[in-house]
Amino acid sequence: MTQSIIRRRSLLGAGAALAATTLAGCAGMSSSPSIGRVVVVGGGYGGATAARYLKLWGGNVEVTLVERNADFVSCPISNLVLGGFKQMSDITRSYDGLKAVGVKVVRGEARAIDVAGKKLRLADGSDLPYDRLVLSPGIDFMTEQIGGLAAALDSGRVLHSWKAGPQTVELRKQIVDMRDGGVFALFIPKAPYRCPPGPYERACMVAAYLKTAKPKSKVLVLDGNAEITSKKGLFEKAFKDHYSGIIEYRPNAELKELSGNVAKLEFEDVRADVLNVIPPQRAGDLARSAGLLNMNNRWVGVDWLTMESTAAPNVHVLGDATFPAPAMPKSGHMANQQAKVAAAAIIQLLKGEAVNTTPVVMNTCYSFVTARDAMHVASVHQYDAKDKTFKAVPGSGGVSVAANQIEGRYALGWADNIWADTLAL
Amino acid sequence: MTTPLRRVAASTLLLGLAGLAQAQDANLARNLAATCANCHGTHGQARGDMKPLAGLSAEKIVAMLADYKSGAQPATIMHQISKGYTDEQLQLVAAFFAAQPAKK
Repeated sequence: MTQSIIRRRSLLGAGAALAATTLAGCAGMSSSPSIGRVVVVGGGYGGATAARYLKLWGGNVEVTLVERNADFVSCPISNLVLGGFKQMSDITRSYDGLKAVGVKVVRGEARAIDVAGKKLRLADGSDLPYDRLVLSPGIDFMTEQIGGLAAALDSGRVLHSWKAGPQTVELRKQIVDMRDGGVFALFIPKAPYRCPPGPYERACMVAAYLKTAKPKSKVLVLDGNAEITSKKGLFEKAFKDHYSGIIEYRPNAELKELSGNVAKLEFEDVRADVLNVIPPQRAGDLARSAGLLNMNNRWVGVDWLTMESTAAPNVHVLGDATFPAPAMPKSGHMANQQAKVAAAAIIQLLKGEAVNTTPVVMNTCYSFVTARDAMHVASVHQYDAKDKTFKAVPGSGGVSVAANQIEGRYALGWADNIWADTLAL
Repeated sequence: MTTPLRRVAASTLLLGLAGLAQAQDANLARNLAATCANCHGTHGQARGDMKPLAGLSAEKIVAMLADYKSGAQPATIMHQISKGYTDEQLQLVAAFFAAQPAKK
């Protein structure tokens, strides 16, 4: 008898707890007090994941995401759009999932950070106060390093297409409009840059299209680096096996100046029908204007336990904008992983609790070499308390044995899952 | 196979996990499991062709990971990733996914 009363009471208690949970889960409408305000700038892989996981793990954290674009457009898989194997709709996702889990999504442009006053100023003049600010500003370009590049990009004649979106559509059009027998020249900056294997995947995707659509054409890969910077053996094999006579690869071919459709290298001039220049990169403009570029005047240094900037308190920086730990790539996958470290730490900090001292991040990056065959590089990074940085675990990680169709399916499966994880789809 | 992780899977898994869970940060398993979500879905609730982990028994997940780690089970990528985590971390990950509902 006594037992059954206790059981009934605990069941009632469980019912009440469930009801409370359901209310709390309803778009942040909980009646219990907020533990803090977090403003996130940038709705790419880093920022969107941070916003999502702050809500998932944080309960009553007020989260506002500031993003300039209406939709999320993925850089990973965007090279397949250039090859004509995917459409823009395949790589575009909405922010509705984040809104449904209680993130306030503000379409706008962040203009300045008041670090002392803990406020973010938007371009429309409004201020967003915060307890913690998360910046995932991505990369912007150091166009001043290449003569004529800024004007060529401004005119739209030369495209970078290194941020997926309208430039992806425009570059696809340039490729489709190119004459058979034309030259598509792809310029790769010196490392570090966003997505190390991305340029070589792009060469493969453009070549895959030209091989059947305009078979007399060439893809000229002019690499500012001394060699292929990621998955080298696998890309060399792909160039040889699939695109012999189409892709021509030249190392140590740094672009110095653009003039019309002539690209000047150190010792030669290159003429091409389509010039696709991936410019040298640094952390995004907002990080620069806020004075956060304390690493080589180019990247943001962070405390890897919290992702907090070493240049500004209460400002956490994610993704490609950060000065990386050893062997840590600038990838969307890594930005998503860093965002989870930041979200967990910010929640602990808002509660006045100790942060996790043993975080782990990992990276998986698939590259397509044909419309269906892909290959990967993977790594796992554990936090090293002595050196206060992430270190790749010896003996872990690596690359594919060979590109194949199974990994092609995994690559698309990866995309579906990371988009859902990042955007709460 | 008689790797340490495999032995854990075969015998004292649950006791071992309970001990670990008490010893560690309460969020550690959650945080570690979140590193898998990019391919295996949030909370292990995977989409499409990717392998779901939510709702599998912890013993089964530990056994799979042990076989990837030892090389007994050939893989495209998991043999490389599993080696990046300690056996204790993999046990925490397995326990976390085992406790998740299989599908949203």
